[in-house]
Amino acid sequence: MMAIRTEPFVLNMGPVHPSTHGVYRMRLTLDGEVVVDLEPVIGYLHRGIEKLAEERTYTGVIPLTDRLDYISSMSNNLAYVLAVEKLAGIKVPERAEYLRVIIAELQRISNHLVAVGSFFNDCGAYFTPFLHMYREREKIIDLFEMVSGQRLTYNYMRIGGVSQDIPEEFLPAMDRLLEQMPRSIDELDRFLKENEILLARSKGVGILTKEKAINCSVTGPVLRASGVEWDLRKMDPYSIYDRFEFDIPTGSAGDCYDRYRVRIEEMRQSLRIIKQAVKQLPSGPVVADVPHLIRPPVGEAYAHIEAPKGELAFYLVSDNSIAPYRCHIRPTSLLNLAALRDMVIGWKIADLIIIFGSIDICLGEVDR
Amino acid sequence: MTVALSGKEVAAKLEQQFPSSIIESNKDILLVKNESLFDIISFLKTTPEFDFNYLSCITAVDYFDYFEVVYHLTSMEHNHSLVVKTRCYGRENLSVPSIASLYEGANAQEREIYDLMGISFEGHPNMKRIFLWDGFQGHPLRKDYL
Repeated sequence: MMAIRTEPFVLNMGPVHPSTHGVYRMRLTLDGEVVVDLEPVIGYLHRGIEKLAEERTYTGVIPLTDRLDYISSMSNNLAYVLAVEKLAGIKVPERAEYLRVIIAELQRISNHLVAVGSFFNDCGAYFTPFLHMYREREKIIDLFEMVSGQRLTYNYMRIGGVSQDIPEEFLPAMDRLLEQMPRSIDELDRFLKENEILLARSKGVGILTKEKAINCSVTGPVLRASGVEWDLRKMDPYSIYDRFEFDIPTGSAGDCYDRYRVRIEEMRQSLRIIKQAVKQLPSGPVVADVPHLIRPPVGEAYAHIEAPKGELAFYLVSDNSIAPYRCHIRPTSLLNLAALRDMVIGWKIADLIIIFGSIDICLGEVDR
Repeated sequence: MTVALSGKEVAAKLEQQFPSSIIESNKDILLVKNESLFDIISFLKTTPEFDFNYLSCITAVDYFDYFEVVYHLTSMEHNHSLVVKTRCYGRENLSVPSIASLYEGANAQEREIYDLMGISFEGHPNMKRIFLWDGFQGHPLRKDYL
């Protein structure tokens, strides 16, 4: 048989493509179906949030942070207010600390539900698992709506606490969720974890080694799936995370399947934290006595949290005025994409979609 | 708890290896000369005592008289961190050595700083705009960009 001569060609995938989860463009060089090179093209959603923040008061920046990673707005709120509190030396009341932890962990579960759901979409299990995940996420969003009045951009955290106390119906609804959510997660996991198609398509695919992950500044579930036990809630506890018992789930192979497993396990650990926090929830004020216009002393602060997608940090510089002099956001999603090129080279386009989906990014945060 | 290393103590240990490369050091930061930045970060990364294997974040700030580039380094092994800074003076033709060959995570962040602040990184494999298009005029995060 005569060998067919092939030559590489360039294919633009995106910016608007269902598998890119937003407006992301990959400039692929292909040899047949095999990926030879990948060049990311980003910036379609760049709104200049860092520049906008320089013209707003410290409190006025909070709604902007909602629009970074809009799948987990609460975590963005939290990272930002922690940075301002560090800069201005504000002490947060106990009850607010507990509420923040409860909300942040709920946010992690809701983010991972979306991540796992859309991962199955990418695998070809089109929309059935996704809608089951969304059914569960809906219950969390209902709780967020109770506390903040919003369903996507919550704008709930405030400098020195949270915007308002939880309403009466929150804790009973929370109890129902804590009773039912573990069963739902188990059920989903039972159906999916040994699914023949999932195993065939994700085991051993898109392997990211430990060293590579650390060198590329990859964080979050993607890093932990590569076998690095690094979670800022344990390694550099912020807020009151040092008071709770939980484990850091890790993977070993660093493939797409491990990333999926780590997310499922993290949801269980988050429920563990929420259970403890609800039990210990003290009464008292939910926001510290802070002035409307905050003028932090001249200086700088760097505060990082373990957001659902990885390390999210804010670097703030103050010149003692009412607006931040500089507000830099460490973009989790942008840095998690740093390893993508090496993960996909040599794989086929169909695998590229799964590998990309397993990283779980949000373009609102990549472009800012 | 991640221990924030004192810039002063680290400076004392670097003094022998890099005489007169450190401009200033206090308990929070280590300010180094622009031209020795690459060597110092490379030393901090490879010396077992420091072992800064993970680059948390790079950013830049415009202070009118000078630009400051800020590196947040972390060691996952020892669980400690350090803030290294460097400065470049003036408004035009600014450059800082690139550390993208040490940390791949620096690649996109250095391009971002070039795009929005106008500081170019010497030795970067692909020094071009990342968010804005090629024909864009100016660098929006500069304080004089209105």
